[in-house]
Amino acid sequence: MKGAEIIIECLKKEGVEYMFGYPGGVVIPIFHHIFNAPFTFILTRHEQGAVHAADGYARASGKVGVVIATSGPGATNLVTGIATANMDSVPLVCITGQVSTDLIGNDAFQEADITGITRSITKHNYLVQDVKDLARIIKEAFYIASTGRPGPVVIDVPVDISNADTEFVYPDKVDIRSYKPVYQGHPVQIARACRLIEQAKRPIVYAGGGVIISNASGELRDFVHKTGIPITTTLLGLGTFPETDPLSLQMLGMHGTYFANHAVHQSDLLIAVGARFDDRVTGKIDEFIPHAKVIHIDIDPASVSKNVKVDVPIVGDCRHVLAAMTKEVNPPEIGEWVAHIADMRDKHPLTYDDRDGVIKPQYVIEQIYELTKGDAVITTEVGQNQMWAAQFYTYTEPRSFISSGGLGTMGFGFPAAIGAQLARPDKRVIDIAGDGSIQMNIQELIVAVQHRLPVIIAILNNGFLGMVRQWQQLFFDRRYSNTCISFAPDFVKLAEAYGAAGIRVEQKTEVAPAIERALSITDRPIIIDFRVEREENVYPMVPRGKSVKETIMRELA
Amino acid sequence: MSKHVISVKVENRFGVLARVAGLFSARGYNIDSLTVSETEDESISLMTIVVRGDDRIIEQVKKQLNKLIDTIKVIDHPAGSSVQRELALVKVNAQPQKRSEIYQIAEIFKAEIVDISKKTVTLEATGDPEKIDTIIELLRPYTIRELIRTGRVSLLKEKD
Ligand SMILES: Cc1ncc(C[n+]2csc(CCOP(=O)(O)OP(=O)(O)O)c2C)c(N)n1
Repeated sequence: MKGAEIIIECLKKEGVEYMFGYPGGVVIPIFHHIFNAPFTFILTRHEQGAVHAADGYARASGKVGVVIATSGPGATNLVTGIATANMDSVPLVCITGQVSTDLIGNDAFQEADITGITRSITKHNYLVQDVKDLARIIKEAFYIASTGRPGPVVIDVPVDISNADTEFVYPDKVDIRSYKPVYQGHPVQIARACRLIEQAKRPIVYAGGGVIISNASGELRDFVHKTGIPITTTLLGLGTFPETDPLSLQMLGMHGTYFANHAVHQSDLLIAVGARFDDRVTGKIDEFIPHAKVIHIDIDPASVSKNVKVDVPIVGDCRHVLAAMTKEVNPPEIGEWVAHIADMRDKHPLTYDDRDGVIKPQYVIEQIYELTKGDAVITTEVGQNQMWAAQFYTYTEPRSFISSGGLGTMGFGFPAAIGAQLARPDKRVIDIAGDGSIQMNIQELIVAVQHRLPVIIAILNNGFLGMVRQWQQLFFDRRYSNTCISFAPDFVKLAEAYGAAGIRVEQKTEVAPAIERALSITDRPIIIDFRVEREENVYPMVPRGKSVKETIMRELA
Repeated sequence: MSKHVISVKVENRFGVLARVAGLFSARGYNIDSLTVSETEDESISLMTIVVRGDDRIIEQVKKQLNKLIDTIKVIDHPAGSSVQRELALVKVNAQPQKRSEIYQIAEIFKAEIVDISKKTVTLEATGDPEKIDTIIELLRPYTIRELIRTGRVSLLKEKD
């Protein structure tokens, strides 16, 4: 069998439903066999769209996203998407074409050293040098991408390997002696953690995206309900614990709630689960948790004790570890602490200055929540839109919030929404967008039209690169250098040009009817161009590198 | 910041060295020396890496090394419990009247004379890195023309 056909056979064995990508010279042999493959091929209009769509598919489904691109420019167009997936631990297998082995290193036409380029932004990568290795490498790639701390794997396939013949044997199991992820937490450490919890007076659970990745939301809920410990989540942890639950403090971090950030700051025990103490969470690291001991549960040993000193590290899968801890732990006595937090919540709720006559972006998000009854899958772009989507929609289910957290990639949300919609045909998928970000991958609109995907793009159109403008306003004397983008396309006409629906909303009273109308359309994508208050800011805000004590709560006069 | 010797057992595959080197450079950690070679098992290479840093950086380095898919094992080699060797070639100016002094230094340190020219003598010294440091210091006054060191290799001592 030819290498090209082996690739397709392997993907079939892996149960691939969707493949995202774009053709080119050296991958024509592979596309020759994609033509009648049993899975659906999604031809995006840019390779970046393909990799973000595969990423959105993976995050929404928990399965591996599969991508293909040609050598050189095709492969380099994947780079941002690969880095995005790597930062957020998303399982992807990206197949890139490569010039033939005898030309590698010759500056051949469309040659790029993609294994070199992606070495630091992949979990692992391969350059296939012998067709006999191809099936084993693909098997390993799926295994590596989806186990341990997941991540993207690149397989670079020279065209002569695709054309070479060999017998096809798909290994039924993988054995990599140098790669053995640890899933069970150490029982001694688990016992130590439980004792710390039982003695704690002011404990907080801090849960991240790792809980969602390991499908441990159920175990997390059991743990929190048994112990009664209040819980805050990171941006990527949204949905892992219902924000409607009284124990939920919602999101922490730079734009987290006052009560989450202060509760963490005052805590005497921080139980970190599948989170990695990112600087957007901790702010000034020395003042992050001055009184707390730390229990850190994570599958990646390199994440533990990286940014903060950890008292009880537990390396393992959140699901196993949380289940074991729930069994063993006795609830601590923390009535006073819980009451204190409730008091902080009453005094400093998450709010905004809602007014008649203008459309506040936060109001739009609240209306989307109301009208979807919280049942949508929300993707976001990056910037203020992302933060308002995190703050003002109430998440109750894992995999219902999809956003580029670690890399903060503008242009991620819409292609990711396409992938998410394919993974979840039963759900409405809504991309909360900024007028800047949406223009970064708008070309994928035609893909949603072609596949009749009713993705809603809710543009919070403020005519600015809003988040950068906010920083300029607060920290750079309001000098709005190159952040005004009111010179903009007509998004409604643009939608119509693509065959999508377009709705413009200029009055507050039109917000809800527009969302309802969008929700009633089920056969094509919809852009809603919400003309929101132009200089609205995201609050609370802990300025970069500062402690919670310096939180800016609202607009200063 | 103290020096640490880390021994890394890796798959003997192309690209592994680049991964290890990239891991250090991406984080701005400076490598003092790095040696790689095959081992008794030809599918495995052993790297000896000498790196400077406080304990937290070294912990992080070791974890990152472990995280590489091709890494089989990462072990610390503290000076007391490992045998560490290095080889140096030193080309020094050797005026006729100074030659015998240089030969004496070579003899004391069991260094071999591996090349002689009208104006220079080249010595080959092996031993633990401190010994190499000493011989280099002693040769400096004669003016060292060229100097190269292999970097350290290290094996753990056997415990009975
Ligand atoms: C690809 C990329 N380029 C630049 C940035 C830096 N950046 C972060 S937020 C932002 C502004 C985003 O503007 P917009 O999409 O209009 O969203 P808003 O903040 O106004 O909601 C920029 C430029 C980024 N995150 N990603």
